[in-house]
Amino acid sequence: MTDPVPDYARLIEPDRVHGSLYTDPRVFADELARIWHRTWVYVGHVSEIRQPGDYVRKHLGLQDVIMTRGGDGRVHLLLNRCAHRANLVCEAERGNSKSFRCPYHGWTYRNTGELIGFPFNQGYGGKGTIEAELSLAAVPRIDSHRGFVFGSMAPEGPTLAEHLGEAAGELDRLARLSPDGEVELTAGWLKHRTRANWKLLAENETDGYHPQFVHGSIFSVTGSPIGALYSDKSTAVTRNLGNGHSENDLRPEFRRAGEPMRWFGTTQARVPGYVTGMREAYGADAEQILVEGAPHVMVFPNLFIAEIQVFVIQPVSAGECVQYSTAVQLKGAGELNGRMISQSVGSVGPAGMLLADDTEMYERNQRGLAMLRPEWLDLRRGLQRERVDERGLKVGRATDETAMRGFWSHYLTLMEAA
Amino acid sequence: MTAPAGPDLDLRQIELFLYREARYADEHDYDAWEALWTDDALYWVPAGGDLTEPGAQMSVIYDNRSRITTRLNQLRTGRRYAQSPPSSLRRVISNVEVLGREGSDILVGANFMLAESRDRGVEFWAGRTIYRLRIADGEFRLAAKQVLLVNRDQPLPTLAFLI
Repeated sequence: MTDPVPDYARLIEPDRVHGSLYTDPRVFADELARIWHRTWVYVGHVSEIRQPGDYVRKHLGLQDVIMTRGGDGRVHLLLNRCAHRANLVCEAERGNSKSFRCPYHGWTYRNTGELIGFPFNQGYGGKGTIEAELSLAAVPRIDSHRGFVFGSMAPEGPTLAEHLGEAAGELDRLARLSPDGEVELTAGWLKHRTRANWKLLAENETDGYHPQFVHGSIFSVTGSPIGALYSDKSTAVTRNLGNGHSENDLRPEFRRAGEPMRWFGTTQARVPGYVTGMREAYGADAEQILVEGAPHVMVFPNLFIAEIQVFVIQPVSAGECVQYSTAVQLKGAGELNGRMISQSVGSVGPAGMLLADDTEMYERNQRGLAMLRPEWLDLRRGLQRERVDERGLKVGRATDETAMRGFWSHYLTLMEAA
Repeated sequence: MTAPAGPDLDLRQIELFLYREARYADEHDYDAWEALWTDDALYWVPAGGDLTEPGAQMSVIYDNRSRITTRLNQLRTGRRYAQSPPSSLRRVISNVEVLGREGSDILVGANFMLAESRDRGVEFWAGRTIYRLRIADGEFRLAAKQVLLVNRDQPLPTLAFLI
């Protein structure tokens, strides 16, 4: 298309989207303004900064953000840019400090953002002169759910609770797998450079159509039962959770099996300490929790929880992004935590026996998108058999593209709200 | 190949073993590469974090002997798409030094540079490798290989070949 500016209502139809959405730098610039630097974006987890003074560098869209815990115990999101000459005030990836000192001219900021020192201060008329106007910029809005910290660069807009909507319950479900009710993301992050548009990843996360094909090699080698969860006969469903969020709800399959820990590919006899802790913590509810397992949910636009892994998508340009991945750690889960790390290391990241193949697909998709015909990507799978469930949410079969249609519907709403 | 069992290690023999291991990896000779490993093998590519507690941290690769076989079997299917078609690889190993001995194992350090070409483009990989070698039946075997990429704290492209 040769429009002077992208016309999103023309590029996004209910059952197909235009290829230029993945390649056009103007679209990427619009996404930064209208999605990444406006809506709620996942930034980090409170367990990464447990102690007062702890900090870790994160991203919010293209913004380099320092997530800190102040002396008051509160979490702050600060942009990594000195108010004087824009140098980076924080070079380390993580650490503990009450302040950040810019190396360029020695300006020093408290870990909550306030300017507390500027050398040779008589040049500014002494102390107490410029501090009020020259602090580190804070991400305008910050909120969290179950320890997952989100930021929004827009001073006003829907609350985090409104944004998460039905997806909040899936984060709750993950936390409930901990005997203490807490998720911890403390195993460190793999960073996977991906030469593909970020939306190819977001769409793939809850695409139940690809696993048998892309991951057939590892499923066949290990005898994994995962493939069957995404077969044509699977009773699992794909659900559009609204606001661009979606899930592969595998619970129908796990309920049918009715075996605790099957969702983790093991039996309760293999993780006795964990199941005992869960039964002590949750009593009669424990059976259901242990049978139904963890969520498989994509939280728009950048947080993906695949049962025991957490992924974060960071956009870089129209044709590049970075995938961050780590193993879920459940507070009080004992031996299960080490097993989740071991299984995750085998599966995800640049050498992962699952994710390296997904990433190969993303990168081939991106190269395919350079072809001019056909212009569209097709999203119609399962449209004719989609239904609305008791919660009023659109539901498709395990392999249907209900989730992608939900993603694009929300994307269009945001992109049109210029 | 024979290797001296005594205290006077022949560096040249060690180098020839490292070169052979590298050639098997470069040429995707999975059977020959797999046969180099001992039963207690550890094939480890750390990520950015702390190296002291690998079981508690994410690694790019942390394969015991069983998982090495799984990884190779996946490659052997021909449907490990991240290596189908396989990358074209050539690596250079240098700065080979014997770092010490632990029991009967020999610790060897070396640096490497590796060019990887595939449809996506050419990737340049570099780092330091620490090998733990063991002599069994007069031959060197590989008990552990730790690959410390120079850019392991940065986002890495797909690493689906044997590094």
